[in-house]
Amino acid sequence: MATAEFGSHNWGMVVDVDKCIGCNACVIACQAENNIPLNSQDRVERARTISWIRVERYWEGDFPDAKARFIPIMCQHCENAPCEPVCPVYATYHNSEGMNVQVYNRCVGTRYCANGCPYIVRFFNYWEPVWPESLRNHLNPDVTVRSRGIMEKCSFCVHRIRRESRSARSAGTEIADGAVQTACSSACPTSALNFGNFNDPDSKVSKMKEDKRHYTLLDQFGTDPNVIYLAKIDADKKVGSGAAASHD
Amino acid sequence: MQQRRELDQVYTNRKLLNGQLDTPKWWLPTVSILGVVVLIGVFVIATMINKGLGVTGLARPVYWGLFITTFVFWVGISHAGIMISAILRLTQAEWRRPVTRAAELLTVFSLLTALVFPLIHAGRPWRIAYWIMPYDVARGIYPNIRSPLIMDPVAISTYLTGSTLFLYIALIPDLGNLRDRTTGWQNAMYTVLALGWRGNPRQWKMQTVGGILLSALMLPIFVSVHSIVSWDFAVASAVEGWHSTIFAPYFVIGAVHSGVSAVVTMMALMRWLWKWDDFIRPEHFDALARLLIVVATGWLAFTFLELTFALYGQDAPEIALREMQMFQWPWNMLFIIFFLTGYAIPVPMWLFKRVRTNIALMFWTSILVNVGMWLERFLIIVPGLARRTPFVYTWEAYRPSPVEWTIFIWSFAWVTFLMLLFSRFFPLVPLFEQKESQVFTDDVMIGRAKVPAIVREAE
Repeated sequence: MATAEFGSHNWGMVVDVDKCIGCNACVIACQAENNIPLNSQDRVERARTISWIRVERYWEGDFPDAKARFIPIMCQHCENAPCEPVCPVYATYHNSEGMNVQVYNRCVGTRYCANGCPYIVRFFNYWEPVWPESLRNHLNPDVTVRSRGIMEKCSFCVHRIRRESRSARSAGTEIADGAVQTACSSACPTSALNFGNFNDPDSKVSKMKEDKRHYTLLDQFGTDPNVIYLAKIDADKKVGSGAAASHD
Repeated sequence: MQQRRELDQVYTNRKLLNGQLDTPKWWLPTVSILGVVVLIGVFVIATMINKGLGVTGLARPVYWGLFITTFVFWVGISHAGIMISAILRLTQAEWRRPVTRAAELLTVFSLLTALVFPLIHAGRPWRIAYWIMPYDVARGIYPNIRSPLIMDPVAISTYLTGSTLFLYIALIPDLGNLRDRTTGWQNAMYTVLALGWRGNPRQWKMQTVGGILLSALMLPIFVSVHSIVSWDFAVASAVEGWHSTIFAPYFVIGAVHSGVSAVVTMMALMRWLWKWDDFIRPEHFDALARLLIVVATGWLAFTFLELTFALYGQDAPEIALREMQMFQWPWNMLFIIFFLTGYAIPVPMWLFKRVRTNIALMFWTSILVNVGMWLERFLIIVPGLARRTPFVYTWEAYRPSPVEWTIFIWSFAWVTFLMLLFSRFFPLVPLFEQKESQVFTDDVMIGRAKVPAIVREAE
């Protein structure tokens, strides 16, 4: 099994909501890794921030028994993605590695995909991205800087996957389980975010997703995401009533 | 239809060609003012393309706003032409004659305006050519035909081509007429455009057959164009308020409602501006208002059906969206205005013949309908996107920016500007249609009896 071959993987993520402490390290790591412009005050106020991964916070229960719940949300890389069929120029499509990819060069910025996405994880570049002079040399050379007028979203750190598969191919080996880590999963202090290959039954994520706490976000839409969540364990509650199920 | 006075052909010619042969005094100032508004609009559009869509009020999660609403609005208006000139032509409704050209013209110009919006609302308009033409073969990628945004340009450009041909074929006899009445460069222009029209029987036959064939060919477009526009929304399976299966017929009938109302508005303006009281008469308004009552009521049924389907499914997010659309500020205010102007005020008024034959009242009620129909599209598009999803991160509102409002106003100025420019060179009421209907309603002597020349006109 030459797993370094393109198309032999099914990349995915398992998010253990029980471990998430809402520290936002993943958000910052993603921001730095993927050349995302700084979310200035103005952008926040105008709801134009770009944040490929975000940590949603919910309050459960009434004061004084309120509990803070966190759930990291990024592109779910749906197998049956609502964003893909609506793009007129195939700027977003499903590749053979289970990822929903965004081709910046093709994108004309109709924003149709963003309307279709129920997770609202697609972002539009309203302006040409700018960085403070001190940060200009900090840009990641492996990641395209997106120009104005196009959509962007979580890429599962595709450049890291490509780097690993290239070196594995040239060494004639397979990509070891855990060798590819996304920026968010490598930054997560509690290992709430786990990245790996669902095609390999022995991989860590394949085993994790068999956990009976597993669920997918907004499964009523039948999008079949490649991001699997493991529900919050609450001593007072039954298993399966995690953050996403009781957000209101 | 029999009660009007006889109009002789010289009078008809002089009256209907007054836009071309002796331009009214108000024409130049009006066109100049509109021209300035159009220029301002073009400047704003250019600035927006230059600076980026940041100048709009769009923000997550409302990625489509005023531009797409106005696009749907103008495509809706364009249904006037096909309704009046194709369907009424094929059903031989005689009263359509004076308004056919104005309706077709409205179709062509509103489609031209509608097409601008999807282009300028895109993030990279300079790359949009990739949409409509296949991608360059070297890259081996063709447009995604599953996307309604590919079907849209196909449908609309088909409609635009058909309407333009239709308009032109109906214009040829009048161009011949104008050629014979002008001198100098105008004569040269009309000579070229009239394609050697002499009015011999063979040419008339070809012209008539061409018109009927185009009417029949354009009937499928009547169903397809707005259906496809509605799929822009209906295929978004995860957006409550959008993913409705009845959108296609619902949008089509809504388009007829707004389009025919726009024709009424235009007829009133033509009657006032060019003083065509003899040609655009109260019975035309009467007939259109009767048609509108039926269309509007059918459309209202679809509006209720849409709500019924939403509630029948008992899907909590869908019901929450309807609750927001109808009962939450500011959508509730818009919803009330939409319902009042789109149906509740004009349609009961049209039930009275005194209203239907009152030009001023018809003018204002038809404007109300289009206010309502614009709001209808806005209330479908924006609340659908601004709905409160389970993710609080996306709970944001949308407020159109001054740039968007300017471009919105530009679209109206642009359509009016094109119409007035057209009226300077071509007659807005088809002369030959007018004369033909005159002949049809003439009496002929058979022996000693006086009978109507055309049986279908007998009442």
